[in-house]
Parts: sequence; C-alpha cells; structure tokens
Amino acid sequence: MSRKISEEEYKRQRLVRMKRWLSGEKDLYLDNMEVIPYGEYKPDKKQIKRYAHDLDEMMTRTYDTEHNRVYRFFQRFYKMAAILCCIALIFILIVEVSYLPPVGSASNPASNEVAAKYIEDGLQDTGAVNIVTGMILDYRAFDTFGESNVLFIATCTVLILMRNDKKKGKGSAEDEERRDSFYEPKKDAILQMGARILVPVIMLFGIYIILNGHLSPGGGFSGGAIIGAGLILYLNAFGFEKTERFFTEKTYKVISFGALLFYCLAKSYSFYTGAHHLESGIPLGTPGAIISSGLILPLNICVGLVVACTMYAFFALFRKGGF
Amino acid sequence: MILIEWIQFIAGIIFLLTGLFVFAVQVFGVFKFNYVLNRMHAAAMGDTLGIGISLVGLIILSGWNFASFKMALIIVFLWNASPISSHLIARLEAMTNPHLEQHCEVEEGVTEHIWEDEQKAIIFADKEEK
Repeated sequence: MSRKISEEEYKRQRLVRMKRWLSGEKDLYLDNMEVIPYGEYKPDKKQIKRYAHDLDEMMTRTYDTEHNRVYRFFQRFYKMAAILCCIALIFILIVEVSYLPPVGSASNPASNEVAAKYIEDGLQDTGAVNIVTGMILDYRAFDTFGESNVLFIATCTVLILMRNDKKKGKGSAEDEERRDSFYEPKKDAILQMGARILVPVIMLFGIYIILNGHLSPGGGFSGGAIIGAGLILYLNAFGFEKTERFFTEKTYKVISFGALLFYCLAKSYSFYTGAHHLESGIPLGTPGAIISSGLILPLNICVGLVVACTMYAFFALFRKGGF
Repeated sequence: MILIEWIQFIAGIIFLLTGLFVFAVQVFGVFKFNYVLNRMHAAAMGDTLGIGISLVGLIILSGWNFASFKMALIIVFLWNASPISSHLIARLEAMTNPHLEQHCEVEEGVTEHIWEDEQKAIIFADKEEK
C-alpha cells in the first residue's frame, strides 16, 4: 500500500538526496570543499551580433541559390544521391562478403604453410628463441627496414616544417623555446630528484629490452621507445643546456644515418648470399645465449637507436624548433 | 596445502576488489568535480592507491616468482612517477590561472610574480609586432 507523503518529507529521503547529489542539483560538500557553482549565463551582445553578421554573410555569399547553379542542383539532388551511394556501397560490400572463404576452412589464406614454417623452423633458421623477433628481423627484415626508414623520413618532414633557423635574437630557436615553455615549471626540484632516480633505471631497462630482444618479448622498437621516453624525461627535468652536451643535431644525423646504413648493408649482404645459395659466414651461435642468432642482435640495436633518436627529435623539434 | 592455496586466492581477490573499488571512486570523482585541482585529487588516487592495491592482489595470486618481482617494480615505478606528474600539472595550473584565489586559498606571493610587466613582454613579444 502506498501512502502520500509531503514534499519536505520526500526530499529528506536518503534515496532522493543521493539522486539530487548525483545529478548535481545539490552539493553536499559545498560548505567544506571548494567546488565552484556555475555562474549565471550572461549573453554577450557584441558576440551575438558578430555571429549573426557571419551567418548572413555565409548565407548570401556561399549558399546563394539564385545565382549559384551548382549549389542549386546539389541541394535538389543531395538526399537522393546520398541514398543511392549508400545502397551501391552496401551492395558492393555484400557481394564481396559472399566471396570470402568460410571461417575455419583448411584452404584459407591465413592457414597456409608459411605460419607453420615460421613456428617449426624459426629457431633453427634464425637462431632466435623469440619467434616474433626472428620473423621481423630475419624472414621479413626488408619490411622492418622500410619501417625504420619511415621513422627517419617522418623526422625529416618535421624538420622541414618546424625547424627554426634563426641563430640569435628575436624569433630564434632559444627565444621560441623560452616563450613556449614560459609557464612550464622549470628547474623543478621534485622533478629533478625524480628524474635523477628514474632516468638511469629507464635507460637500463630500455637497453635490456633491446639486447634481450631475441630471447624474450621486446626488441628494437619497444626498447627504443623506452630510451626515447627516458631522454625526454631528462630533457624536461634539466633543460636543453644539459642535453645539448651529448645530443645535438650532429649526433642525431650520425646515429640515425649510421644505423640505417649498417642495417641496409648487413641485410643486403645476407640477401645476396641467401639468394645465390652461398654460405653467409655469420655464425648463429647457441640458441638462448645473449650473443647468438647472427645478425638479429646488431639489427635490433640499429632499430632501437633510430627509434630512440626519432622520439627525442620529435619532442625537441616541436618544443623549440631545433635540437 | 589446499588451505594455503585458498587463503592465497581469497586474499588476492579481496585486494583486487579493493583496488577496483578505489578505481571506481576515482572515475566517479573525475566526472563529478568541475575544477582541475579537485579532479586531479581524485585522479591521482587511482594512479597510486588503486593500482598499488590491485598489483599487490595480483602478486599474492601469482605467488613467489619472477613475474611478482616485476609487478613489485611496477609499483615502485608508479609511486615514483605518478605523484611527480601530478605535482607538475598542479604547478602548471597554479602558474597559469590568474584567478586562482577564487578557487582555493593561496599563500601570498605565489602567483604574483608571473604577471609582472617584464615577463609579460616575453610572452606577448610576437603579438606586439602586429
């Protein structure tokens, strides 16, 4: 049996109070916490006038139906064209789906002999315990080379767009950085202390991941990203003066170009000998040892260097317009 | 032996659920509050306490092995890194908000130096040229 209760009694109920608090109607903490109430909405007349003016301009110039023939045609047939396009697209996709092979069929392209070959012969062919690294740096090394080059080209593009060439004075790279990071907490004692503890550990961990790439999950890309993050943390804590002592534009050029060139030459040699059925002369070593699996370890180091340099270069270029 | 396994399982689950509860409180707080510093107070709780308790639960469930040691290292790392990043964000807010005293009590002279003329000139240097 339900009974009628008064408005006040209803509002005092626990569930109702909870609901009101959830919906933000009433705040329990208004008195003892610094939650700001919303201010009253005051329309800005100047702004409204400007918007109205903009709207008028847009309507009379861009959407001029009387004089703009193309727009008139477009407006008339827009909905019909949209529906037609949608139906055509749905039809094409359904036809395509009907041609897909059935799920789980043995003759599917996904379950051909390549995957089985990687799993069965991977350890013997490449000498890497971690099959994934053996795949990306031995069977498909060319693909990984392309990826490293993509990173290098991306840095070059950012360099073209963001580079600040002015050496001194107003608008130079230093001035830009000073203005951009004006509000940033600089020389923050807490951050410096944290960086002092964390940066060496992060660097060591990144190096461990790169060097252990052929034995455990990891490799050049992830390790390089960790080292790059450590470099960025160091830069944020201690500023450009400290990082410029060991990482300048020249360092970037030398490391990136050297790593890519070594990768290219090493893999060219291995492809050449492989294609001609020659002995490459690179010992695979015992699987599981740190120095084993032939070229994979040096190639991992190369990829890691390129990735770390790219991450740091991106950050430095976006922050200051230079290294 | 079975008793020990059961105790391990139940303790781990209790820790995990407590961690999840802290995360739920964190998410609720982040969406409930309006002002940055209030929201950060809620968000930082999950990054330290929530993840700490959850990882302790996982360590108990996983037992005495290398994976547990790695998880303990993750706790140490997060307890180092998360408060520092929270501190930096809070400091940035205190630096850039010119009406900070409307939101909370501020000690005198914390923010005033930013708005001196000399430093304004640096910020608005490119705007003056036009």
